[in-house]
Order: sequence, then structure tokens, then C-alpha cells
Amino acid sequence: MKLTVWTYEGPPHVGAMRVATGMKGMHYVLHAPQGDTYADLLFTMIERRNHRPPVTYTTFQARDLGADTAYLFKDAATAAYERFKPEAMIVGASCTAELIQDDPGGLAETLGLPIPAIPLELPSYQRKENFGADETFFQIVRALAKPMEKTAHVTANLIGPTGLGFRHRDDIVEVTGLLMDMGIEVNVVAPMPATPSEIAKLGQAHFNVLMYPETAETAARYMERAFGQPHTRTVPIGVGATRDFVAEVAKLAGVEPVLDDSRLRMPWYSASVDSTYLTGKRVFLFGDGTHVAACARIARDEMGFEVVGMGCYNREQARMLRSLAKDYGVEALITDDYLEVERRIEELAPEMILGTQMERHIGKRLGIPCAVISAPVHVQDFPARYSPQMGIEGANVIFDTWVHPLVMGLEEHLLTMFREDFEFHDEAGASHHGHKAKLREMGIKDSLKTETDSAEPLQTNLGPVEIVWLPAAEKELKKIPFFVRGKAKRNTETFASERGVSEISVDTLYEAKAHYAR
Amino acid sequence: MTEQFTPPPARGCASTPVLKERGQHEVFCGLTGIIWLHRKMQDAFFLVVGSRTCAHLLQSAAGVMIFAEPRFATAILEETDLAGMADAQQELDRVVSELLARRPDIKQLFLVGSCPSEVIKLDLAKAAERMSAQFAPNVRVLSYSGSGIETTFTQGEDACLAAMAPVLPHTEARELLLVGALPDVVEEQAVGLIEAMGIGPIRVLPASRVNDEYGIGPNTLYALTQPFLTDTHEALQRRGAQHIAAPFPFGEEGTTQWLRAIADQFDVSEAKFAEVTDAPRARARKAVAQASEAIKGKSVFFFPDSQLEIPLARFLTRECGMDAVEVGAPFIHKAVMSSDLNLLSEGPVIAEGQDVDRQLDRCRAARPDLTVCGLGLANPLEAEGLTTKWAIELVFTPVHFFEQAGDLAGLFSRPVRRRALLKLEAAE
Repeated sequence: MKLTVWTYEGPPHVGAMRVATGMKGMHYVLHAPQGDTYADLLFTMIERRNHRPPVTYTTFQARDLGADTAYLFKDAATAAYERFKPEAMIVGASCTAELIQDDPGGLAETLGLPIPAIPLELPSYQRKENFGADETFFQIVRALAKPMEKTAHVTANLIGPTGLGFRHRDDIVEVTGLLMDMGIEVNVVAPMPATPSEIAKLGQAHFNVLMYPETAETAARYMERAFGQPHTRTVPIGVGATRDFVAEVAKLAGVEPVLDDSRLRMPWYSASVDSTYLTGKRVFLFGDGTHVAACARIARDEMGFEVVGMGCYNREQARMLRSLAKDYGVEALITDDYLEVERRIEELAPEMILGTQMERHIGKRLGIPCAVISAPVHVQDFPARYSPQMGIEGANVIFDTWVHPLVMGLEEHLLTMFREDFEFHDEAGASHHGHKAKLREMGIKDSLKTETDSAEPLQTNLGPVEIVWLPAAEKELKKIPFFVRGKAKRNTETFASERGVSEISVDTLYEAKAHYAR
Repeated sequence: MTEQFTPPPARGCASTPVLKERGQHEVFCGLTGIIWLHRKMQDAFFLVVGSRTCAHLLQSAAGVMIFAEPRFATAILEETDLAGMADAQQELDRVVSELLARRPDIKQLFLVGSCPSEVIKLDLAKAAERMSAQFAPNVRVLSYSGSGIETTFTQGEDACLAAMAPVLPHTEARELLLVGALPDVVEEQAVGLIEAMGIGPIRVLPASRVNDEYGIGPNTLYALTQPFLTDTHEALQRRGAQHIAAPFPFGEEGTTQWLRAIADQFDVSEAKFAEVTDAPRARARKAVAQASEAIKGKSVFFFPDSQLEIPLARFLTRECGMDAVEVGAPFIHKAVMSSDLNLLSEGPVIAEGQDVDRQLDRCRAARPDLTVCGLGLANPLEAEGLTTKWAIELVFTPVHFFEQAGDLAGLFSRPVRRRALLKLEAAE
């Protein structure tokens, strides 16, 4: 039993729904109790889809459990076929139906439907949403796609996009453009928005572009074995990664690398003097492994930030991220417990968080700016405008998105100079956001609050030495603007503890400042 | 107040044959009630014993995440709990001890059963009893089921309150009890009106803190503020308390009749009743008249969602001039619903349960001017050109009693006004 407040991923059948809802002509018959239909609203409300997810829920009730629930499944599957006439079906169980062991796959087979009914085994009590999507797509590919003659021209499949994906809609357009510039046609994009009959044609492409390893890695590996299709390893998020991607694709396709970067503004924006204030900003990254890995490179190499920590919630990417973190000289945090992420952020006191909607709220509470780089998604992650993460436009979008939460260059100086101004002070946050960073509502200790409001001397236990802030030093610390106060506090304490100093005076504070000056 | 309400219909819907449907239910399960219950009871914590799906539902259902550390959480069952490798009761003890150590402010803990915990027959009542003994007197531990195999949406609140009824102390006092978790502003208005009639003390279930509790007994008179509190109604009857039957307090008419039923039990004079209610009634009537301008003469179709459908159909047809085409409710408890059914004029289909695809067929055929439905259906129906009102807002917005009557009408008229307002075509 695991105590959970918020979750980064839903159950695996929600991953299967993401695949089914992204597709056309596919229907999902889900053996599930009343209430599991809540998942429909993820698609109709968060993603604003204008149709219901193609899912039929059997809706069994307590009174059915004593009798026969299998017939409910058979009736629901038959009715769904007759009403929706899909080209193919996936069938499976949600967490509760898994316990009653009705075997939806076997039952569907006995119905003798004239279409493929693909059984899904998604262990709800062990795995999560990304696994569910990846496994579902793999099973669909395995059941429907067959080896075929390759197309005359060089073509590629784009694999990985699903319903409810973080910017998948726009990434498809961007990557299609990158390939077109090299004269490579897209064969099939799957699972979203492919039909089962298009899935059947996956085998005729020359190679696969694996856009999101989270949702299509197993299928990519299968197609490599079964159809001899190599797949890309670079995810084209960021300028450098996009250039690497183009080179990798050129090699796989046997064509010249071509990248039309006439619309690329990001490198100049990053080099222009206004961006000097971005230098060395300490950032913490958290999200799905793929986006975190790509964004760490952008943060360090393209924005000039310092990466002070990174992590991911999907264990499937743990090994990759651990080894990547080593290159950055940090330790990866692999967890799906958001309280643990919050503790790490508090410890590291970064100046900025690149995270998910969960970290956005952690940031709000701690007064740390945050930009969202990864699922889990929120209605805000489906903007009306074109807003990809991948390719040339993706790099431009990322620059804007990451800079937006920060206090701008000169404003930062003004805050430092006139920090007591009654309406332009550090508790008010960045002026272009027009609202104050809110402290936590409930009776949970808040580190910033303790710093400013506590009558008790500030104490920290860092390693073996207990460190006390003398009143004058504590007062001086409060004069430091909020967006660097965490860093100043932490640096001073580290500085003190390394030297065995247990009392921090104003001098210690400034000695530490001089020590860490850059 | 001299103006009278529309006379009751010659034939209400109380004896209309009910269309009973059995198929896919597009409704939430009872766990969803935790979203508002945990804000109402400020010293309570709700621990769902369930799966990742339950945790995901709670996080998604409200459409927002409440990031002040919420007073609810899910103990997610894992493979080891199911395979019997770990003793689930011991595991639960461990999780609860952890939780209570971290949250010493918690005075009542609800162990909330889910579909998986019901299917594996995890005995939460037994656990609650054991933990109550262990943590007394600091924490009271109760259990109820919010599972989808037993409860729909608002029945979760019902199950929660029904679990509280048996543990309230006994009293012989003749007191009024208001039952249902109302937004604070609404509850204060209700209490204010009733006190102004000279009735008191007034008790509410659920109280906002465990220490605010009171006794119940054979002289307790109770009025339900929500139509879904049927198990609570039965639990209170078992304690000997007496039900004050009335239409539910939505709109001017519902609120007046609901208050009148209470006033009659406590021998409040006509003059006193008029003195207290005339002014707010007049305000409510005026506000409803204004807010319902856009929906007068229009048709409405209710998909089942919160159990509020029948009282709201009564309000919309009698006070806002709408015509009901179909009124679907997850279930219909005749005893609790009869006052409203009697006032609802014969005509609409009264449906219980759901087969969502067939109901969508009926809705598309009827092309109502307004469709009241859940979040999973609203955008798809809008895309088909139907105007919708998402039902969950009716549960999350203060809509009861006089001062909210205009807001309630406004919730239904806003989508209709919006559709008329938007001009997205070229001017020529």
C-alpha cells in the first residue's frame, strides 16, 4: 500500500485510452465499473476534443458481481461494434475488472466479430499510464501491421503521438516539415491520428521517427526487428538536438542533411545582451524522461543556465536519466511522489523550475518561477495557437516560454536597489505577472515564511554542524530579493559548514557572497 | 407576500412510469464527493483505499488540483496487497499511523472504500473500529464506501453522512437538524432565516468540526437540503428522528415551501413567516425573472448526474418558463423526491439509470435548446450544435435558497445567451 496525494501518471488503461482516442476508426471496449468514465473528461475538457473518446465502458455494479459479469462485457462489445462500426477494437479491463478476471480478450474472441479485437493485458497494480500507452500501441502494431514492400521514395513513419500528449498536435506538424525539407515523405503518423488500415501500412516506410519513447519505444523496437526499419534516437527538442536529428535522419535515409533555419530566432535571442541576466541561473528539471533530457541540454547549452538537479517520474527512463545526470554532475531524482520532488526543490533552492503542472504549483508555493516542459497535462498545455516543442519553431517557443516566468533584466536590478518600495517589492513577484507569489494555505511549514516571519533564530542542520543565523545576518538576508534569497541562504550555509562555522554573521554572509561570486 | 405561485399541476410526475435504463453510465463514482466534503469538514481527512485510478479520478474530477496539501489521499493497493503477500489490514494500520503522525490537526478520519477494496472484500468497518479504539479520544475513525459499483457521484456524500448518523450522541431535545454539506454562505443564510422565525438551536450535518457536534433522537426534526441524501434519511429514521418532507430549496418556490414545512412544525405564525421571508422572496423572484429572460419558453433535457435533476427541472419549468423534454436521474428515491415530482407537470420522460448511447440518440432527436450533462458529454454535444450546461457546476456553486435563486437561473441562461452572443462569421 502506498500513500499518494497527487499522481504524475494515471492508470495504464488511461494510456490505452490515449492511444484509442488519438486514432480514428478504433474502438476500446473497457470492462470497468461506473465512475471510470471520469477519464472521458480528460479528453473532452483538458484537450477540448469535440467528440467523445471512442470507449465503451461495461459499467458493472455490485449486484452484478454475484452473478455473471462476462455477459455484460459481451453485450457491450457487440453493441459497440454495431453502433460504431470500427475497423478494429481493443479490449481490456480497468483495475477493478482485472480483479474479477473475466478475460475480455477471450470473451471478445468468442463473439466472432468481423473485425480484429486486440486483447490488452495491462497490469493496473504494477504499471502506469505511459506503459499502458506504449504497450497498447505495440499490441495494435503487432496485430495489424505486416511486412510490406518499401515505398519507392524514401518515407518515414512518425510514431508516438497520442491523445492528451504534451504538444503532440503541433510537434507532428513541425517534424513533418523537417522531413519534407529533406525530401522525405511521411508514410503514417501513429497512433494519432492513424486509422487501423493506416497502421497496417506502417511496414512500407524506410525508417521510423520515434518522437516520444514514452509511448512508442516498444513498437519501434518491434518494427526494427519485424520490418527492418531503423528508428531515430534523437528527439528534436532544442536547436542542437534539431540539428543532430537532421543529421541522423539524413544518414538513415541516405540523403543530404538540410535544415531550413530561416525562421530560427532562438540562438540570437539567447545571445542578445538582454539575455545576459539568464547566465548561470540555477534550474531544476523534472518531468518525463524524454523531455527532461532534451530540456537539460537546452538549459545548459542554449540558455546558459546552470542545471542543479533533474529527475523524472517514469521509471522506464530511470537508467537513461541517471546516466545523463552524471554528465551534468548532479544526481537524478527518480520518483512519482511529488512531496519528494518538493523536498528536493526546497533543498536545492533553484532560481527556476522546468517541470510539469505539479512543479508549477510547488514553484508557486515556494515563490520560484516555473515553466512547464512535460506532461501531465493541464488545459493550459493545449493553447489555441501553434506551439510545438520540436524543431525550429519549437526552439523559438521554448525560449519565450522559459523566459516568461522570470523577472526581467533591469527589473531585477531595480528590485535589488529599491527593495522596500511599497508596491514594487520582492514579495510581489515579477511585475508582468500581476499577482503575488502565494504562500501555502494550510499548516505546513514553509521555508520562506520561516525565514521572514519567525521570531526564533534561523537554524539549519547541514551535515554534522548545526548552524544558527545571528539576528543581524538574518535581517541582511531578508534584504536580498526573493528570487536569489534561497540561493544566498544555501550558499552561505554551505560555506559556513564547510569551514565549521556554526554562527552566521553579516560578515559570513558577505564572505560567502565573495566566495561564490562569478 | 400576496402573489401566489403557479398552481400545482393537475397531474404531476409522481405516478409517471419511469424509463429504467441499464447500460453505460456516464457518471462519476461516489469518491468525487470528497472534493467538497474535505473542504466542508475542516478537521477531517479522507483516505481512499483503492487504486491508481481512484487517485487519478480525485485529481481530475474537479478539473483543478487543490494544491494546498489536500485533506484527502489514496492508499494505493499494490500487487503485494492483492496477492495476499502483505496483510492489507496491517498495511492500512501502517499508512494511517504515518498519516496521523504527519497531520496531528486531524480529528476525524474517513476510510473510504473503492471498487477494488470492495471486490477484494477489505473490511474497512473493522479497520475503523480498531483504529478508533487505538487513536481515541484524539481521532474518530469512520468508514464508508464511495465505490462506483455501489455509489454514483453525490451518493458519496450520502454514504459519508449516513456513516456519521449512528455515532452522533443521543438527545431527547426537540431540535431542528439541517442535513447536507452546503457552501458556508448558503448555510449561514438558511440558518439566519430559520433563526429569524424564532427556531433554534439549529444543528447541521455535517458540522464543520467534530467538536461542534450535538445529539439526535426521537424529537429531532430534520430537513434535507440535498435530494441525494437518501441513505442518510434512512439512517436518521433509524435513530427515531422525524423527516420534514418538502420540495428542495431551489428557487423562490422551493425555498419558500421548504421553509414553510419547517415553520409549520415549529408553530411559526403566518405573520412571522411573512415578515421573515417576504423581502428575500421578492428579491429572489425579481432576480429569477431577470436571469431567466433568455431561457423562457425554451426546452431542456437532463442527463443523469447529481440527483439534483428533478428538483431543478421543477424550478426551471415552474419559475423560469422552460419545457422539460427528459429528466434523467441516476436513481429515483420516491419518498424523498415525491414533493418535487408532484410539482413537476406531467409530460417529460422521467428516466432512471442510463444507457448513454441510447439517451444521446433521444437527445439528438429532440434537439433541446439546452442540455444539462456531465463534462464528458458537454463539448462533444456543443460541437454537434447543441447548447449545454455542465452539471457538475450545479454541485460546486452556491445555488440553494432565496439569494442564490437568480444565480441558479443564470447558470442555465448563460450558455444560451453566450451562443446568441458569439458572432464568429464574416460580417458580410
